[in-house]
Amino acid sequence: MRYSWLSILTNGLSGQSGWKPAWRAATPKPAYDVIIVGGGGHGLATAYYLASQHGIRNVAVIEKGYIGSGNAGRNTTIIRSNYLLPGNEPFYEWSMKLWEGLEQELNYNAMVSQRGILNLYHSDAQRDAYARRGNAMRLSGVDSQLLDRDAVRAMYPFLDYDNARFPIQGGLLQARAGTARHDAVVWGYARGADRLGVDILQNCEVTGFLSEGERIIGVETTRGPIRAGKVGLAVAGSTTRVASKAGLRLPIESHVLQAFVSEGLKPAIDGVITFGAGHFYISQSDKGGLVFGGDIDGYNSYAQRGNLPVVEDVAEGGMALMPRIGRVRLLRMWGGIMDMSMDGSPIIDRTPRPGLYLNAGWCYGGFKATPASGWCFAHLIARNEPHEVARLMRLDRFRTGHLIDEKGVGAQPNLH
Amino acid sequence: MRIPCPYCGERDAHEFSYLGDATPARPDPAAPDAQDRFFDYVYLRDNPAGAHQEWWYHAYGCRQWVQVERNTLTHAVAGARLARDARDAAGDAAGNVPGDAS
Amino acid sequence: MSRLAKGGLIDRARSLAFTFDGRSYGGHAGDTLASALLANDVRLVGRSFKYHRPRGIVSAGAEEPNALVELRAGARREPNTRATVAELFDGLDAQSQNRWPSLDLDLLSVNQLLSPFLGAGFYYKTFMWPAAFWEKVYEPIIRRAAGLGRMAEAADPDHYEKASTFCDVLVIGAGPAGLMAALAAGRAGARVILADEDFLTGGRLNAETREIDGKPAAEWAARVTAELASLPNVRLMTRTTVFGVYDSGTYGALERVADHLPVPPPFQPRQRLWRIHARRAVLAAGATERPVVFGGNDRPGVMLAGAVRTYVNRFAVAPGRRVAVFATNDDAWRGALDIKAAGIEVAAIIDVRRAVAASLVQQAKAEGIRTLLDGRVTATHGKLLTAIDIVADGRPERIAVDTLAVSGGWSPNVHLTCHHGGKPAWNGAIAAFVPGTVPPLLAVAGAASGAFTLGSALTDGAAQGAEAAEALGFPVPLPDVPAVAEESVAIAPFWHVADSRGPAFVDLQNDVTAKDISIAHKEGFRSVEHLKRYTTLGMATDQGRTSNVTGLAIMASLTGASIPETGTTIFRPPYTPVSLGALGGHHRGKDFRAVRLTPTHEWAKARGAVFIETGAWLRAQYFPRPGETDWLESVNREVKAVRASVGLIDVSTFGKIDLQGPDVGTLLDRVYINTFSTLAIGKARYGVMLREDGLVMDDGTTARLAPEHYVMTTTTANAAKVYQHLEFCLQVLWPDLDVAIASVSEQWAQIALAGPRARDVLARVVDAGVDVSHEGLPFMGAMEGSVLGGVKARLFRLSFSGELGFEIAVPARHGAELAQALMNAGETFGITPYGIEALGVMRIEKGHVSGNELSGQTTARDLGFGRMASTKKDYIGRVMAGRPGLVDPQRPAFVGFKPVDPSQRLRAGAHFLKIGAAASLENDEGYMTSVAHSPHLGHWIGLGLLQRGPERIGERVRAYDPVRGGDIEVEICAPGFIDPEGERLRG
Repeated sequence: MRYSWLSILTNGLSGQSGWKPAWRAATPKPAYDVIIVGGGGHGLATAYYLASQHGIRNVAVIEKGYIGSGNAGRNTTIIRSNYLLPGNEPFYEWSMKLWEGLEQELNYNAMVSQRGILNLYHSDAQRDAYARRGNAMRLSGVDSQLLDRDAVRAMYPFLDYDNARFPIQGGLLQARAGTARHDAVVWGYARGADRLGVDILQNCEVTGFLSEGERIIGVETTRGPIRAGKVGLAVAGSTTRVASKAGLRLPIESHVLQAFVSEGLKPAIDGVITFGAGHFYISQSDKGGLVFGGDIDGYNSYAQRGNLPVVEDVAEGGMALMPRIGRVRLLRMWGGIMDMSMDGSPIIDRTPRPGLYLNAGWCYGGFKATPASGWCFAHLIARNEPHEVARLMRLDRFRTGHLIDEKGVGAQPNLH
Repeated sequence: MRIPCPYCGERDAHEFSYLGDATPARPDPAAPDAQDRFFDYVYLRDNPAGAHQEWWYHAYGCRQWVQVERNTLTHAVAGARLARDARDAAGDAAGNVPGDAS
Repeated sequence: MSRLAKGGLIDRARSLAFTFDGRSYGGHAGDTLASALLANDVRLVGRSFKYHRPRGIVSAGAEEPNALVELRAGARREPNTRATVAELFDGLDAQSQNRWPSLDLDLLSVNQLLSPFLGAGFYYKTFMWPAAFWEKVYEPIIRRAAGLGRMAEAADPDHYEKASTFCDVLVIGAGPAGLMAALAAGRAGARVILADEDFLTGGRLNAETREIDGKPAAEWAARVTAELASLPNVRLMTRTTVFGVYDSGTYGALERVADHLPVPPPFQPRQRLWRIHARRAVLAAGATERPVVFGGNDRPGVMLAGAVRTYVNRFAVAPGRRVAVFATNDDAWRGALDIKAAGIEVAAIIDVRRAVAASLVQQAKAEGIRTLLDGRVTATHGKLLTAIDIVADGRPERIAVDTLAVSGGWSPNVHLTCHHGGKPAWNGAIAAFVPGTVPPLLAVAGAASGAFTLGSALTDGAAQGAEAAEALGFPVPLPDVPAVAEESVAIAPFWHVADSRGPAFVDLQNDVTAKDISIAHKEGFRSVEHLKRYTTLGMATDQGRTSNVTGLAIMASLTGASIPETGTTIFRPPYTPVSLGALGGHHRGKDFRAVRLTPTHEWAKARGAVFIETGAWLRAQYFPRPGETDWLESVNREVKAVRASVGLIDVSTFGKIDLQGPDVGTLLDRVYINTFSTLAIGKARYGVMLREDGLVMDDGTTARLAPEHYVMTTTTANAAKVYQHLEFCLQVLWPDLDVAIASVSEQWAQIALAGPRARDVLARVVDAGVDVSHEGLPFMGAMEGSVLGGVKARLFRLSFSGELGFEIAVPARHGAELAQALMNAGETFGITPYGIEALGVMRIEKGHVSGNELSGQTTARDLGFGRMASTKKDYIGRVMAGRPGLVDPQRPAFVGFKPVDPSQRLRAGAHFLKIGAAASLENDEGYMTSVAHSPHLGHWIGLGLLQRGPERIGERVRAYDPVRGGDIEVEICAPGFIDPEGERLRG
């Protein structure tokens, strides 16, 4: 059913009795044209764009738990396209453009809110590094503004300007960046894909692959074997575990990233602020909670939980940046498994196994990429060639040395 | 999380700096397929969900590299030994010595 | 006043004054804000999140969904403070929140009228048209309406502390089970920490009228507490919440040191964060009562039965004049009897069960309480509760009451058992989730494990405490478990009065109703996590303590599945919300991170230096002189002075690593791209090291002082990284190498002396016999000697500035002395101290790479070091540096730049475009890495990375810097603007 003021009104008057399932509870068919493994934002978006952009509707999304149970629901909801390197920036900007029209396209309010992201700098060298990035953004046609201290102060007067260990000198602003409601993105894509005929199979875990020689021709699941013309993996933190069933060894480690939300508060922080010197970033949700995070814990983990040192480190960053939050309480913290790639950038590519496609290595930045990731992965699967904006996100770039290393820290995932 | 440093005793993990998987050994740089082997060594990881041998450096302690066996699903630490001892136990370090390329 | 004439654990001799919404009230020591409000007949305390419905106090603990207030004012304002756990103090000032203009008249309560349209997830279905309205219209309205309390406007004035501690057995919760566990382990000699979130030990014993060993249970609790306090190996921590279970037996705990006082006492923190490392732990966190869902169940006056009992027994407060009890279990009946015993009228007990233990019914009847079995509450009336509609045994009836005490049974506080991902298990006998898989070495005792009777709590607590101590090797005499009467704990699982009238709230704080759950069901959000996320059930500040299980049960009834099939509730840290101030501790303001000071810091400060943060270091940026108006003027003067005569700068921040042993040369050959094993004794060499992936890691100068003794310098930023790397090489890669290394960065002060008169100055501070002549210390020479009359020194002839230069290292304690001696010695030459700005200018003039070029994204070839790389040996990074992407001739490479119009300023971060090319990504040819104003040349100069740069010397490109409005033409030149032949530094 289509959502509108009218549907709200009608259902309000009828005691909310007329709503229909947002997506069907599908049962597996014996075969599909395409199977997407992973019912997170990326997998569902891929299925949606396969159906809507490429006319491939005989598609199943296979999810071992419930859709959105992985990192799609365990992130800090930031969307932005303020990247430095040519391998990344056009891709993330394409994602921003898709975000900007997403809700009308999906007929689902994902609360895409372009209230800006501000990256603070604290030295001339950081300023120049942000200038380099801001200029790179401009070259890709992306908005960016380099603000001085006074301009930052006008935006956020409550930051610590006068007593800071690392005094704020200014910031790089991307005004079009912001946040989106993470769960709604998942549900919106699921509903959109379902309406185009995509089967969403929840509680269905891939246990192996069907193959003919080197070619992958389907998956073994806890709900039986399912054949497919093509199989795409979009399983984030589980990438190694699933890909290894197809014999792939990848430049990826799984790490835990913690995220945090405070009790609900009246609005105080309008946009997203990142405090690089303190490894801290923060925004405030529409519901009022401060949503914030910092670095990954830094050790390989599949545990979906972290430890106190990072919790403390993040809170220290928060208190250093805005000491007025001292009496605000941390309500909830959680951990997600990040598929950290060896250069900190993602992979959207074919694999050495014909018929098997890989979407992985999103590190801690996968949420903002959701629309473009789905768009480009669908393009790759449908046409067997990379989409222009994702053409450098190759699996073999580690072998050839065409790295996309935004931070320049090299092949050590916990430093990205 | 606490790491049982063989030299200092049990210490909190935040005293350590983590590197990663301790199983890959530096290949022979003189091998004809050295670039393939180094690609594997530098980039590819088993990334197991379970027992993991890994390098931790006791940066705020004895400055020893410690090989820790830790479970990546539970974070339970099964044991730790100094890098030098681990290499001794492995029986050879020959594969790690750069070949004489002259 | 509703204070009972006698009883309670309050100190009636100590009266405390407080205000709520500006009105003054009185209470007693031992009160919470909630009990004091009830004692003053304040029953409307808050407004709900979504519909702004009037709300009253529901609970007497951390599970409180309604009674959230802003406590204190100004910079100490604490939003969302639960009145039920806020300890009353004299002068307490609280405000209701989320209402406008007042609590009594809240205009947003208009939302109630719209509530038929504002069902679960309505906002996902609308506010989309027109698209631009979201940020401009809808969202600002939603944001303003949402949220709860207001955070403080100013920096928190209080201090916070962090501390670590160790124990054998941590006991969490000081109720009957926890007290017995602590007693068992404590008497056995184990180091015990007993932590409880309350300010009073005893837990439910303080809220009920049980007897232990024939005495009031609260007296028993006080006696046991006193014994525990007397044991030297037991530490009692009240007002301390264990909020999280982390790895390896680490527990996070928050101690509220001064929250019960108007302001923290001098030298005391407001709160203290504890990291408790426990070898074993016993969780005795008790249980939380759940309500029943029915229409109008949110009306002020509807409370949890156990809470009513707590207010009566512990606080001597009558929450109402006439109470009805709505029960599904036996425990609520004992509550009713307690309430009656306190002299409060109990109008009726309405129990959903057809049959209840005869003894309970008889006791109730004996007290004159009506008992209505097979009953349910179907509606409530009044803004504040005035009456309830019930149906009992098929007959409807209206009963006038001002308080309805509801009990849907108790849920064990399993929260901490879930912190490692364990899921609780459903126990049908008590209709509750009990601990499932628990974290290692954590045992659960008492009500937290589902053992609901007092006797079982005491027995279980003693057993778990003894077992924990015994497992750690303490000989344990099991303490005698005191005698108590056995009570009945029968319960009928009952969650929702389906035929009740009016909105029936499941999650009171987030205004999630039973109808919302049915919407989620209709729309397919049936897994428990989807239910939570779609409806926001359990996502409020109480984390669904009173709503999760009922929500799950209602969903189960809709799907026809059982509760365990429908899902389980898992909990993440923290157990209760923790202030960010406590988690941050003293790491704020200037103390956010440690500051490293150079050995000459005080000396530089005395000379008026302006300091700047560079990583952890605070370094002298420049030394302004009177009359100088901006930094550039000072820096220009400093640079000119150095180039004309002589200057000095503290370079102690460079990493300094001492390497000794027969294999140092071999090690260095493997870590540097160039060769060091052949370095002559008494010489230094510049080296570049790569990461194993083939990109540049660091550069620096390493000198050989003796056949088996080298000293390495690293960049300031990479000092720790390089040291760690060398240890990795020695311990992991090549343990056969006989090399010992030590970081000596802190041990040596190092001062660079540069300029044509540098040698003249140096000669005046070295001791007799130390030859610093060109022959004695040639360019790139290194020697050990002494200065200042016997101070050990290392002398290097190095130059970063391009001038004749020396670096003099002395033990750090002599650093300032050396600086002053050099100043004195150089006085006749006008010696000038300079800062890192001038240093940077001179290195750019000279064309040296630095941090901006060592970005981790550049290869040795990119930086012009391609020919430095030895082809005669292997070194770290050599193999991977040969990958096609890293040897691509199109890669941007290192060159210099000068503005075509010398009056124009260069900016680092500008990108290079061909003249006439469009500003687009495809045309991006590189970027400017470093710039400086060269006083020597009189214009700005730059360094940068440009595609095929070294082949394009003399060509002009665009330096495009739109973020600063810059777009100028620059000429490509060799990186080295001054003395490219190096005559100065060799002179």
